Amino acid sequence: MPAAQTSPAASPARPVYLDNNATTRVDPAVVEAMLPYFTEQFGNPSSMHAFGAKVGGAIKDARGRLQQLLGAQHDHEIVFTSGGTESNNSALLSALEALPDRNEIVTSAVEHPAILAVCEYLAKTRGVKVHVIGVDKAGRLDLEAYRKALSDKVAIVSLMWANNETGTINPIPELAEMAKEAGALFHTDAVQAVGKIPLDVKATAVDMLSLSGHKFHGPKGIGALYIKRGVRFKPLLKGGHQERGRRAGTENTPGIIGLGKASEIALARLATDAPRVSRLRDRLEKGLLQRIGNAFVTGDPTSRLPNTANVAFEFIEGEAILLLLNRAGIAASSGSACTSGSLEPSHVMRAMDIPYTAAHGAIRFSFSHENTDEDVDQVLAAMPGVIEKLRELSPFWSKQAASGTAAFNPTYA
Amino acid sequence: MWDYTDKVKEYFFNPRNAGLLEDANAVGEVGAIACGDALKLMLKVDPGTERIEDAKFQTFGCGSAIASSSALTELVKGKTLDEALKLTNADIAEFLGGLPPEKMHCSVMGYEALQAAVANFRGEEWKDDHEEGALICKCFGVDEHMLETAIRVNKLTTLEMVTFYTKAGGSCATCVEGIEGVLAKTNAQMVEEGLIAKDQAFVAGKGEAGNVKRKPQVKPAVELSDDFIQLEVFNDEMRAPPPKLTMVQKVKLVEEAIGEMRPTLKRDGGDCELIDIDGDRVLVKLTGACSNCQLSSLTVSGIQERLAAKTKLPLRVVPVAA
Repeated sequence: MPAAQTSPAASPARPVYLDNNATTRVDPAVVEAMLPYFTEQFGNPSSMHAFGAKVGGAIKDARGRLQQLLGAQHDHEIVFTSGGTESNNSALLSALEALPDRNEIVTSAVEHPAILAVCEYLAKTRGVKVHVIGVDKAGRLDLEAYRKALSDKVAIVSLMWANNETGTINPIPELAEMAKEAGALFHTDAVQAVGKIPLDVKATAVDMLSLSGHKFHGPKGIGALYIKRGVRFKPLLKGGHQERGRRAGTENTPGIIGLGKASEIALARLATDAPRVSRLRDRLEKGLLQRIGNAFVTGDPTSRLPNTANVAFEFIEGEAILLLLNRAGIAASSGSACTSGSLEPSHVMRAMDIPYTAAHGAIRFSFSHENTDEDVDQVLAAMPGVIEKLRELSPFWSKQAASGTAAFNPTYA
Repeated sequence: MWDYTDKVKEYFFNPRNAGLLEDANAVGEVGAIACGDALKLMLKVDPGTERIEDAKFQTFGCGSAIASSSALTELVKGKTLDEALKLTNADIAEFLGGLPPEKMHCSVMGYEALQAAVANFRGEEWKDDHEEGALICKCFGVDEHMLETAIRVNKLTTLEMVTFYTKAGGSCATCVEGIEGVLAKTNAQMVEEGLIAKDQAFVAGKGEAGNVKRKPQVKPAVELSDDFIQLEVFNDEMRAPPPKLTMVQKVKLVEEAIGEMRPTLKRDGGDCELIDIDGDRVLVKLTGACSNCQLSSLTVSGIQERLAAKTKLPLRVVPVAA
C-alpha cells in the first residue's frame, strides 16, 4: 500500500475495514490468551519437566475448542498446521500417497491458488490427471461435469466450502457423498467458511478439511487440517512425533492457544453475528445498486457467506476504485488484474464468464462482526462519487452514455 | 500494494487533460489485454505546422494507466508530431518518477496510443505487432512471447544465451526457472520442426546447478542475423551502416557519452563506469542507487539510447557485477 495513503490523517472519518476475507483483526481476548505462552509458559509440550506440562494441557484444550467449532467427532482429528496453504498441500499430497492405485484429482476452476497451484505442480511433475470442474455465471459448480469426472481412478476430490471472492457456498455434504460413492477421498478448503457459517463435519462424508486462524480473528501463521478418524494420512513434514506423527515440528504454542480462543469466541458469537453481518451486507449491496447504475452483484445470492458482497461496476477498473476508496478511508479488495502482482485477471471472475469490462471493476466488500451501520453509511456516501469520477475518465463509459452501447473499439496489443 | 511514486499518485488523483477533446483530428485507441486496460488519446494538431495544440485522454485502467495517460498528454502538448514520435515509454515512466516493473506496460500503452494517433492523423493504418504473453522477467519486462521469438529466431539453446539476447534473468535471477521452462518448451518444438538437432535442445534440469549468477561469458554461437531480437528500437539513422571507427575512437566516444550522463546519475545517488567494450557490447558497472534500483533496466536502456545517439553505433549496454 502506498505509504502516503495509509496515514489515518488522509482519511476524513474512522477507517472502514471491509476486507475481512483477506484477513481479520486478532480479537483482543485472543491476544490476551496468547501472551503468557510467549513468556512464563514458554516450555516445550514434549518436555518431561514442569515447564512443558501445563503447555500440553493448554494445547489439548485448544484442540477441543476447534473440535467444537467444526463439529468434529474426536479432538485427535485436528492436526495443527501453519495455515490454510499447508493444510491444502498436505491433504492433496497425502491422498496420492495413501491411494497409490489412483492417479487423478477432481477440483474446481474457482479454488484458491493453494489448491490449483499444487494440482498444476502434481500434473507437471507426477503426471497426475487433474479434472477442473467449471462453474456457471453465479459461481455454482457444474454438477453434471463433476459426476462424470468421478471414477475409480480419482484419489481425491478437493472442493472449497465457500469461495473467497464471491462467498458462494458449495453443497459440500452432497458433493462429499458423491465422492464417497466413487471411493475417492473428499477434501474441502473451508478457510472462508470456518467461523462464518455453522459446520457439523461429523455429519458429513468429508475426510479432510483445511482452515486458517487469521480468517476469524485468530493469529496468522496457524491453521489446522481436520482428518476424519480412520482416513489414511501421510504427513507432509517428517520429523518429530508431534501431532501424533502427522505434522512434525515443535508446536506453535501461542498460535494454537490463539486459534483455540478464536474458535471459542466464533462459536459463541455465530448465531447472533451471522444474521447481523448479513443484514449489513445486504444493506450495502442494495444501497450501492440503488445509487449506481451499470452495477451488479456476482456470485450466488441464494447460497453464500453472510459477510461477503461482490459488486461489479461496469466500464471502470478495480485498482483505480480501490485507490480512491482508500483515500476515503475505506478498505476493500478487487478481482482486478492490476491489484495483484501477477497481472493475471481473477480466475474466479473468468471462470464465471463475467465480461472483462465488468470483471475488472468487481469489488469485494467482506464484513466481520466488528463492522457497523456507520461503516455501510460511509461506503454508500463515498462510492457514487468514486464511480462517477472514474467513469468520466473511461472511454467505454462515454460511448456507452452517448449511444447506449459500448462502441469504443481499441486495437488490442 | 503497489509502491507508486508521489507523482504517479498526483497524476492519478488529479489527472491533467482528462476527458473528451471535441475538435480532435488525431485519435489513437489502444488496449493491452494483460491488464484489461484501454486508452483513447485525442490530439488537436495544426495541419500546417503539425504542432500538437491540445491533447486529452480517456482511460479504462488502473492507477498507473491513468497516470501514464495523463503524463503522455502533458509530454506531447506543444511538440510537433515528429518530436512527439521520438518519445518512448521510458520517457513517460521517467516523467512519473518511475513505475513498478509490473506496471511498465502502462507506459507502453501510452506510447502505442501516440503512434496510433499520429497514424490516424496521417491517414495511415496503425498495426501493433507486439503480442503480450505472461511476464517472465519482471526486472527487464520480458514476456513469454518475446522469449519464444528470440529463442526461435536466434536458435538459442542455453539459459546464458537467452539472457545474452533478451536480458531476461540477468538481474535478480528469480525467473530463471520460468525462462528454462520456455526454453525447454520452445526447443522441443524446434526439434520437432527440424530446426535444431535433438542433442542441442535444452532440457530443464540438465544444466549445471547454481550457475545462474554467472554473467554471460561466451558469445552466441549463432551470428547476429537481421531479425536479431532487440528490446530497443533504433531509429533509421542508426540502421545506416555504422561509421568505421578504431577501437580507441570507439572507447573515447563511449567514455565521453557516459561522462555526460554521470552528473545525472550521480544526482540520483548512482554512478556508471565503463569496464570494457567487447564488439558491440559495452560493459558497464552500475553502482549506488542505480545497481539495485527496480528501474535499472530503464537506466540501462537510457544509457544505451544516449550512447547509440552519440556514437551512431548499434551498441548494446550490458551491466556487469561490481
